[in-house]
Amino acid sequence: MKSLGSIRRSFAPWADPASKPFISFRNVTKKFGDFVAVDDLSLNIYTREFFALLGASGCGKSTLLRMLAGFEQPTSGEIILDGQNLAGIPPYRRPVNMMFQSYALFPHMTVETNVAFGLKQDGMPKPEIAARVEQMLKLVKLEKFAKRKPHQLSGGQRQRVALARSLAKRPKVLLLDEPLGALDKKLREETQFELMDLQQELGLTFVVVTHDQEEAMTMADRIAVMAHGKVVQVATPAEIYEAPNSRFVADFIGDVNIFDGTVSANADGRVQIETASGFPIRVVAPDGPAAGAKAGFAVRPEKIKVSRDAPPSANAVRGEIWDIGYLGDMTVFHVRLPDGKVVKASSLNAVRAVEDPIGYDQEVWISFAEDAGVVLKD
Amino acid sequence: MSKLGSAIFNRLVIIIPYAWLLFFFLIPFVIVLRISLSTTAVAMPPYTPVFDLSAGWSALVQGIKELSFDNYVWLTEDALYAKAYVSSLFIALVSTILTLLIAYPIAYGMARAPSGIRPTLLMLVILPFWTSFLIRVYAWIAILKPEGLLNQFLLSIGVISEPLIILNTNWAIYIGIVYSYLPFMVLPLYSALEKMDNSLTEAALDLGCTPISAFWRVTFPLSIPGVVAGCLLVFIPAVGEFVIPDLLGGSETLMIGKTLWNEFNANRDWPVSAAVATILLLILVVPIMFFQHAQSKADGEGR
Repeated sequence: MKSLGSIRRSFAPWADPASKPFISFRNVTKKFGDFVAVDDLSLNIYTREFFALLGASGCGKSTLLRMLAGFEQPTSGEIILDGQNLAGIPPYRRPVNMMFQSYALFPHMTVETNVAFGLKQDGMPKPEIAARVEQMLKLVKLEKFAKRKPHQLSGGQRQRVALARSLAKRPKVLLLDEPLGALDKKLREETQFELMDLQQELGLTFVVVTHDQEEAMTMADRIAVMAHGKVVQVATPAEIYEAPNSRFVADFIGDVNIFDGTVSANADGRVQIETASGFPIRVVAPDGPAAGAKAGFAVRPEKIKVSRDAPPSANAVRGEIWDIGYLGDMTVFHVRLPDGKVVKASSLNAVRAVEDPIGYDQEVWISFAEDAGVVLKD
Repeated sequence: MSKLGSAIFNRLVIIIPYAWLLFFFLIPFVIVLRISLSTTAVAMPPYTPVFDLSAGWSALVQGIKELSFDNYVWLTEDALYAKAYVSSLFIALVSTILTLLIAYPIAYGMARAPSGIRPTLLMLVILPFWTSFLIRVYAWIAILKPEGLLNQFLLSIGVISEPLIILNTNWAIYIGIVYSYLPFMVLPLYSALEKMDNSLTEAALDLGCTPISAFWRVTFPLSIPGVVAGCLLVFIPAVGEFVIPDLLGGSETLMIGKTLWNEFNANRDWPVSAAVATILLLILVVPIMFFQHAQSKADGEGR
């Protein structure tokens, strides 16, 4: 039997031109009065994919999810699910179920009746309902709490009831609106992995809305970064992080240093950028901008090396330690360059005791490899 | 010091409602109860015995010995009273149901209205209170009488060929009570519906409910505290209602409020009218106490 990990690694239907998308948003626009919540958006999601819609609040991610659930109708464009146009189909006839941000558990019903709610509504025979409810509660490890009411449960338990209830009808797609938003950090991290395992086990398509980039990076097969009603980039977490397609995405996901300048040369798949920081940046950029163009170079803090001695590599510059943040697992250095620009560099604390560690106000070199970051066209 | 101060303040805050109830409910009730145990007399006040604290202890004991339950026995002997009680309860019940049926959609619509216009809608519900209750009931006479506005309108559009007789029937009483007490039903319903999380309805739709079944399985059960509060606020005053049956119901109507008024004013029989009032209170309070007890027990189980 293949491990879940190996299934995940080999899963990439979006890269295969022959595979058919399971959910398609086609030029979907949604307006509320004058406000454009979703702006001419097209997006494909594939079967068994764990898909995350990531963005700041008000970017249209929740509206997109609500249109898929049927609570909102697109102003224009269409949504196709499993070959079926969803236009005009009310929420109660869609083969999708939603886990609400507030959980929306029915306060007058027990855990059991909450989970059974959708099944009862569909007229499933009683013994089958009982069996399914038991199975669902087992899945979320809440068998002992079947007779309790929602207000007798902890936040984490309520979250599980909401999950069990939304999975009980075996939907084709599970929609999760900020599913872990109300949990504390530790529980959230645990639950992220549980959700991933559950999704693999049940073989369902999950579409999750979140504003938490770590959550999206951890769980999702692909992430759509959204801003102002548009998708800015759709890619795997690694691609989003290592190869952001724009300043916005580079800045939105994780920490980043951006060096601005003018391209002075573009040859052999490499570009040279002259910056104000007093050193030329020579980096790999297969289709980089032509000479003379304005460009930025984005590099993540952990790709920047801080050292006392001059490094042999090309992209190096002297600076002064401005701030040190010790986080335990790693240390973040803020290095001030001669032009006043402060660069963030982080290094892993792989050794417990370091003799003579780099301290405040010391002169250091920062350097990075020629493939350490991406060139952003302006 | 400040802790002690706040403890004293907390006590004081609790004392205020209790003091209010003591002075304006319990003491008047004891006085009414005591009058109901007295005997009519041609005197001022028109009953006997009259306790005079200056007459000394033995006179007081003598007075207490004179009290009797004769008036309550009298109430059981004349079928008029039983009929009046039953008829009052029936009219109040029908009116309460009608009020609920009309108020629920209003409250629901208000709770689902855009939040910007909700205060205005709320204001409109309360607005009739700005006019005297008596004047509003009188206005219904002008509307409901055979040559009144309603009949004129219905005749002119040809729905009816001769005037409907509504005034001086129970229907006029129902209309009067529903109209007068509607805000008391709308407000608790609105407050119950308004605080309900809209995502609960969405969750029900998401799980396969049509809007109608979502209402019956989720919205309505969750609004029951509002329904109960509204029904009590309408039912209780409606049972003892005097003005509406007197003005709109005509002389045939039998309601306990009117009976009480007659005993008190026309017959000048204070003790019997006090007994009528005491029984009315028991009829209302005892079931409500049982209900409250059951309710808090059910809440306790849920917790």
